[in-house]
Parts: sequence; C-alpha cells; structure tokens
Amino acid sequence: MSQTLTMRTPGPGQGGSEKRERVGRRSPLRRFLARPEVGSLIGAVVVFAVFFAVAEPFRQAASFSTVLYASSTIGIMAVAVALLMIGGEFDLSAGVAVVTSALATAMFSYQFSLNIWAGAALALALALGIGFLNGWILVRTNLPSFLVTLSTFLMLQGLNIAVTKLVTGSVSTDNVSDMDGFASARAVFASSIPVGGVDVRITVLWWLLFAALATWVLMRTRVGNWIYAVGGNAESARAVGVPVKRVKIGLFMTVGFFAWFSGMHLLTAANGVQQSGEGVGNELLYIMAAVVGGCLLTGGYGTVVGAVIGAFIYGMTRQGIVYAGWDNNWIMFFVGAMLLLAVVINMWVRNQTSKR
Amino acid sequence: MVTLTDTTEAAREERAPSEPVLELRGVGKTFGNIRALSGIDLKVGAGEVTCILGDNGAGKSTLIKIIAGLHAPTSGEYRVDGEPVAFTSPRQALDRGIATVYQDLALVPLMPVWRNFFLGSEIRTGFGPFRMLDVAGMRRVAEEELGKMGIDLPDIDAPVGNLSGGQRQVVAIARAVYFGARVLILDEPTAALGVKQSGVVLKYVNAARDAGLGVIFITHNPHHAFMVGDHFVVVKLGRTELDAPRSELTLEELTHHMAGGAELDALEHELKRGEGEGR
Ligand SMILES: Nc1ncnc2c1ncn2[C@@H]1O[C@H](COP(=O)(O)OP(=O)(O)OP(=O)(O)O)[C@@H](O)[C@H]1O
Ligand SMILES: [Mg+2]
Repeated sequence: MSQTLTMRTPGPGQGGSEKRERVGRRSPLRRFLARPEVGSLIGAVVVFAVFFAVAEPFRQAASFSTVLYASSTIGIMAVAVALLMIGGEFDLSAGVAVVTSALATAMFSYQFSLNIWAGAALALALALGIGFLNGWILVRTNLPSFLVTLSTFLMLQGLNIAVTKLVTGSVSTDNVSDMDGFASARAVFASSIPVGGVDVRITVLWWLLFAALATWVLMRTRVGNWIYAVGGNAESARAVGVPVKRVKIGLFMTVGFFAWFSGMHLLTAANGVQQSGEGVGNELLYIMAAVVGGCLLTGGYGTVVGAVIGAFIYGMTRQGIVYAGWDNNWIMFFVGAMLLLAVVINMWVRNQTSKR
Repeated sequence: MVTLTDTTEAAREERAPSEPVLELRGVGKTFGNIRALSGIDLKVGAGEVTCILGDNGAGKSTLIKIIAGLHAPTSGEYRVDGEPVAFTSPRQALDRGIATVYQDLALVPLMPVWRNFFLGSEIRTGFGPFRMLDVAGMRRVAEEELGKMGIDLPDIDAPVGNLSGGQRQVVAIARAVYFGARVLILDEPTAALGVKQSGVVLKYVNAARDAGLGVIFITHNPHHAFMVGDHFVVVKLGRTELDAPRSELTLEELTHHMAGGAELDALEHELKRGEGEGR
C-alpha cells in the first residue's frame, strides 16, 4: 500500500483499541453447521443407514465399490457443474455433451484411421469449443444460461444422432476397440485397480482427484475467489476488476473438459462402440448432485465437497435399490425425494446458522 | 463534529492550489434518448474534497460511473494527470489510482469479509501453477485495516451480508484506501447511515484528504457536504447548477442551491405560514 491513513481518532468509541469489545467468535460446532454441505452429509448418513439395514448385499465391500463407481460416473461431471453453478450459471447441455465427445473420439479415430489418442485430442478441442461457445453466447447476449444451454442441449441431441447416422449409417459408431491406443486409453479411463482386495474402478480415483483439485482451486486460488464473486454478484465483481466474462467462459470450458473426460470413459468402458442417443437427462442429475450438496441455484454459494456427497447419495440410492431387490423405477422417485429433502434441510440449516 | 471543521479549516489555509489529478471538460452522457448528463466541467485536486450534490436522478451516479470507467462519456473530454483517457473498464481507472465506493458498494454479500476486501486484488504466494491465495496474510491485513477505521468485526469470516450498512460502507472505503487510491469516489456513503455512523464515514473522508487523496463525495445532504468539502458542485437535471469553492459559499447558500433556489423560497414561505397558524 502506498499511503497509510493515520486517523486522529480511531473510531466511534474514541477510546482506542483497548476498549474495543469483541463479540465472541462463532463456536466450532456453529461453524461446522454453517457449512454448505451439512444437509447432504446428514442425507448421506441416512441413506447409507437405510440401505445398510434393508439390503444385505449393500453391506459387502465389493458392492460398495460398485456404489462408488455409480457415484463417480455422475460425480466427475458434478464437480464441474458445481463450479459452474457457484459461478452463477448452469449447463443443460452437459449430459449430451458427454456423448458428443465419445462419438467424436470414435468417429475421428475410425474415419481418419487415427490413433485413439489423436481422435481424443480432436474430440477434446470440440468439447472445449462447445463449452466456449456456450459461455461466449452467454456473455455476449446476457441471456440466462437456461436458454442458451437449452438451445445447445437440443442442438447437440439432434446432432449426435444425425451426424452419427450420416457418418456410419447406423445409430452407433463403428467399433474402435481394436484400434491403436485403445488399450492404453482404456487403462486410463476405464480400468479397475485392486485396493485392499476389492477392485475399484479408476473413475472413482479420478473423481476424488478432480474433486480435491477443484476444491483447492475454489478455496485457495484467485480464480476460486473470482468464481464465488461472479456467482454472488457479477456487477460488484466487475466493478473491482474481476474479469467476469473470462471467468464465465472458463467455467463453461471446464464443463467441456469434464464432458470430454466422461465421454472417454463412456467409450472405453463400452468396448469401443458408442450409442448416439444416450446422455439425455444426465445434465439434471449433475445439477441435482450439486444442489443436494448445498450449491445455491442462484450462484455464489456452495462447495465441490458438497457435490461429491450429492453424487454419492445418488450412487447409493441407485445401487441400493438394486441390491434391495426393488423395482428399478423407484430409483428416480427416491433421487427426486432426496433432492427435495436435501434442499429443504439446506435452507433450514442456512436460516438457523445465519441467526446470531 | 465542531472540532472536525476547526482542525480542517486550518489545514485548508495552508494548502496551495494543486494541479488537478482528474479533470472533466464538457462531459455529456446519453442513454438512448435520455440525456443523463451534458456539459459537465469538473476538476479534482489532490488533498481536496469535491462534493457533488443534487436531487434524485440528477445524474450524480452517472457522472461518477464515467470517472470510474464503468461508462464511456458520449461527449466531452476526460483527463487524468493532464492526459486524455478513454477507460473501457473500471480496472483501468483503478490502475490509475481512481477507486470508487459505489452506492451499492460493490461487495459480494455471500462472501466473507476478508475475501471481499481483497476481491480483484488478491495477495498470492507460490510459483507458476501453484500460486495460491495468501489466506493468512489477507485475513490479517483485512482485520488490521478495518481496526484502523474503528470497526472490529466479530468474525472476519462472516459473510458481508451479515454486517450493518455502516460497517459495509467502512469495509468498502477501507478497501479502496488500502489499495493506494489517489482519487477516492464515494457515492452517497452516508445515505443509509445513522448520525454516529455518518460521523465515522465523514472522519474517514477527512483522514483520506489529509493523507493527500483527492476525494469526490456525492451526497444529498448539504450539512454533511459542508462539514468536509473544499469545493462544491451542484448538479441539476444533468447540468452544473453551481460550481464554487468553499470560500465563496455558506451552508445556507448551498442548501438553497440544492433545493433549487426559487422552489425553496416558496417552501420556506409555506413553512413559515404553517408555523404562524400553529401558534
Ligand atoms: N443505464 C442507464 N440507462 C438509462 N438511463 C439511465 C441509466 N443510468 C442512469 N440513467 C438515467 O440517468 C439519470 C441520472 O441517473 P443517476 O443514477 O445518475 O442519478 P443520481 O443523481 O445518482 O440519483 P440518486 O440520487 O437517486 O442516486 C436518470 O434519469 C436515470 O434514469
Ligand atoms: Mg445515485
């Protein structure tokens, strides 16, 4: 700082610092309860307890690994979607963008006889480009992200099937599993790693790694500060010099990157054949995970850890219902009920803790 | 408040007229077919408080948004240190030392006090991709700077939305001053405040002036203006109605101009009559 202001009178009390009384800091418990993810944590414990009690297979380590896998497939995207939501936007095209990336990797590789990794690089450029376009249209037009990404969602949904049919003559891609680089891509995106006698899918590890990285960025870097600020109050952020547009575009491109990553998993896990009609509806599951985890739909509030817990609740519910032997169709009902419950708990907890 | 004017009166005498840090010449601004400002001249010197007064919708906020780089003027010239500038973002104005505390304060309610304090000018440590926020340092500085202004917050981690209006105002001012402002623009800082809290803000305006900052102080309240001002500009319907140094003006005259001269006379007449009838 260049100048220091020396106040002749230190403040309203005029008594100097020794007279200032401190209102006690909030207690550790209160601080914990004020965290955005508390509601989801309670929810996770309840869901776990319920399925632990009613579904015998749920209690085995191997099935827990499956639960984690189901969580990670939604959870990886939920990390990016949570960042975007904290930044004040959401992306309805995220679900089909995953499939777009998988289709692009397969078709680029097959049509141009490329190594899978080369096809993947082209698909990555495409995925980042879609994210950039979403963000760019948003900041140029100032339209709400609901409208912009609804448009992209519909366009991609159509393009996925139409282009695949044009290129391959069917609704799925040609099989790329015997092409160069497929084995190594599969090792990176869809293998299993034994951990303490149980096979854990590699996506689980990626999921936790990405979540840790995103948490670090959000809490400990300048960009993280900016993400909270543009979501909390974009005008104020701009007024103090935060590059609001760049932050928003960057967030959409982050979703693009994660969509590419998830697409690579989809393709390699599906043995090199990608169906073009998949992915629709998943965007809402990502948003669900983030919101269950305490992210505000209006932006500026939430954590990635919350979104991880949200995805975990989804994974437990999904697999738990299978293990309990109930009809699959109950899955969505319970996911929806969980969402409602978590949102209500989050709101209640927030109101309680902001009272002093 | 009396002592405040006494001490500053003496300081005022000593100061020689300085080169303006910031100067507007014939500046105008239209929004579509709304003419918010036209032909505004303004000079702001270092160590000087320029008060801009005017009614609601007079164009005060528009004027300072031009100075702050949020709006580009549609006509006229804007000079900083004698050279013409055309700011396209508030960041550029900030880099020239022109800091603004907006009517809406430019704080993010959901974010903790210390994050707000350093928003847009974060302190970082480390190298390359591992550069990260110096959280401990930022918390300490924020707490110290706010302490200097006489607010001691219970919790520097509390979201700004939990603070009182006066506390928020002081956070925003402390932030601008800390980041080396040469010109500090305050848009109605006392509007929502009680007497005591207004006093704190006015003292801080004074302290900023004595530290050599040029202060532009926007207010509806001629009493507040007269307590700290060296120079007074009254804006009316986007035009300059009055532009006078303190030496050529009394509080009564200032109040008179603010209320629009003749209109005030009529009002005064009416009030006197009311009083007479009451007795
Ligand atoms: N972005 C804008 N678009 C259109 N008109 C605007 C815009 N900003 C301000 N105006 C108009 O310009 C005029 C001046 O507004 P301004 O906000 O500068 O007034 P003000 O003097 O700050 O008033 P107040 O004391 O109420 O804050 C008003 O008539 C307002 O409607
Ligand atoms: Mg105003």
